[in-house]
Amino acid sequence: MDLFYAYEALIAFVGINGLLALSIYATLCCGQLSLANAGFMAVGAYTGALITLHAPHVPFALVLLASVAAPAVLAVPLGLPVLRLRGVFLAIATVGFGEVVRLAFVNWDFTNGALGLVAIPQRTHLWTIFLALAVVLFVLGRLQGSRAGFALAAIREDETAARTMGIDANSYKLAMLVAGAAIAGLAGALEAHFTFIVSPSGYGFSRVVDMLVQAVVGGVAVFFGPAIGAAFLTLLPEILREVGARLGLSPGPFRLFLDGVVLLAVILYLPNGLASLPQHLRRRRAA
Amino acid sequence: MGQQVLNGVFLGSIYALFAVGYTLVFGVLDILNLAHAAVFMLSAFAALALVADAHLSIWVALPLGVVVGGLLGVILERVAFRPLRGRSDSNISGLISSLAMATVFEAIALQIFGPDVSRFPQDTFPDRTIHVAGASASLLQLCIVAISVALMAALTLLLARTRLGRRIRAVAESPKAARILGIDVDRTIAVAFFISSGLGGAAGVLFGLAFNSISPDVGRSVELKGLAVIILGGMGSVPGAVIAGFVLGLIEIFTVAHFGSSYRDAVSFAVLFVVLVARPRGLLGRAAAREA
Repeated sequence: MDLFYAYEALIAFVGINGLLALSIYATLCCGQLSLANAGFMAVGAYTGALITLHAPHVPFALVLLASVAAPAVLAVPLGLPVLRLRGVFLAIATVGFGEVVRLAFVNWDFTNGALGLVAIPQRTHLWTIFLALAVVLFVLGRLQGSRAGFALAAIREDETAARTMGIDANSYKLAMLVAGAAIAGLAGALEAHFTFIVSPSGYGFSRVVDMLVQAVVGGVAVFFGPAIGAAFLTLLPEILREVGARLGLSPGPFRLFLDGVVLLAVILYLPNGLASLPQHLRRRRAA
Repeated sequence: MGQQVLNGVFLGSIYALFAVGYTLVFGVLDILNLAHAAVFMLSAFAALALVADAHLSIWVALPLGVVVGGLLGVILERVAFRPLRGRSDSNISGLISSLAMATVFEAIALQIFGPDVSRFPQDTFPDRTIHVAGASASLLQLCIVAISVALMAALTLLLARTRLGRRIRAVAESPKAARILGIDVDRTIAVAFFISSGLGGAAGVLFGLAFNSISPDVGRSVELKGLAVIILGGMGSVPGAVIAGFVLGLIEIFTVAHFGSSYRDAVSFAVLFVVLVARPRGLLGRAAAREA
């Protein structure tokens, strides 16, 4: 039991990072690389933290609901103009949006500027995080193989062809951007009520890069891939901590180094991520 | 007023130099090289180590820093881009693998130089101020502008006038056609990476000298500014990146002067956003549909 408490934070971050990686997957599964999710996460975290701090009697479920709704609503006016862009251009535009959100919080006195909000009561438990993760996984799992899921896959493979088949690509892409924003907002609120603080520096470009790395390492061909990637990359530095120390590397650089090397190995040798590893090995053996 | 224009030109010359390399690779490969900022940072550290530990003059360390940048670019191309060539999703997977290399480079810098800010020794560059028409500039600032402009002019000439430049332009136009015409495409791309990363490295060394603070995350802000510059200039357009670099530098300085420094970064992202939504091909970009 002591062991469990020692690793409580680590386990919590497996869940939170899983949600964040899934929020990237939501747009990636229809072929859109949107990197606005650190911004959406910030909106969710601030919304939740402000409600908890100013109206402590509001039930936590309602707080989370608000944290899901706020970024989802914000995603609509962002998505309408931006989703016309493709590939790298969409990625750049959404990076810009994420930074603007972060800078807005830095310059806003009501949210205490660059220092952020502190002493947020802890209202997130491990079960809340994993319940949220289970719900999101369930919804995304039901999507795969449904009519909408096939439409998303068609848009990913060839948007022009999908359009000629009568698929309303714009609505689907917007819906998935909104879904990703909602998931990121949820993760942001859960994290804020777990770590006691929200500050703009936690939602920069490197945060969204982390999400993307975890999603890609896990694999974006199946819905549970990103969650596997998040768990793997969150746990790996802890498991290999001894190895790093023996090599004389400090923990910070060692974690970064592992992230980079794992990501590179996956993108070069296992394009569908760790989730495709069993399948990959089976095919190898057969051949 | 004159002073601010001067400061804007000075800042803009570094942005432009950084972005020119960025946009060169995009023009040739249609891939966004997100490790460009990490090369920028490592070159700055390399020059710093050469000046502070090996006691070399900055005039020796600067070209060596550029060479370090170029070599990093060649490694980058070899490890992160060449294996992906020909894959159907190569522009997104290339972006991600460049991100992986950026992470590795940053880890190396953190391990060797630590997370704190490092500085050039005091006497690296003569501290002299020059007054021009009511505005004052340090000798260092003027040298930085001169070096940046000279490097960008050299790149423009190289692309327009030399055989190598013609090969690079041919590969950018169509790798398949270039191969049929007998161009060694892989080698040309490697050379383009050397040039691009060398210029990024030069920008890094000059940035380090100008602000005299180098840390492993110094590339972050420049990376995002660089994105704004290449979008504004038109992806893949070298002259566009030069103009846009100076424009962004001037916009930034005037924003700081009129609205305060807290809006400094927000402006470049606002520019980026507006250009992407209103005119995705930028100032001088090709009119082709942006389906990358």
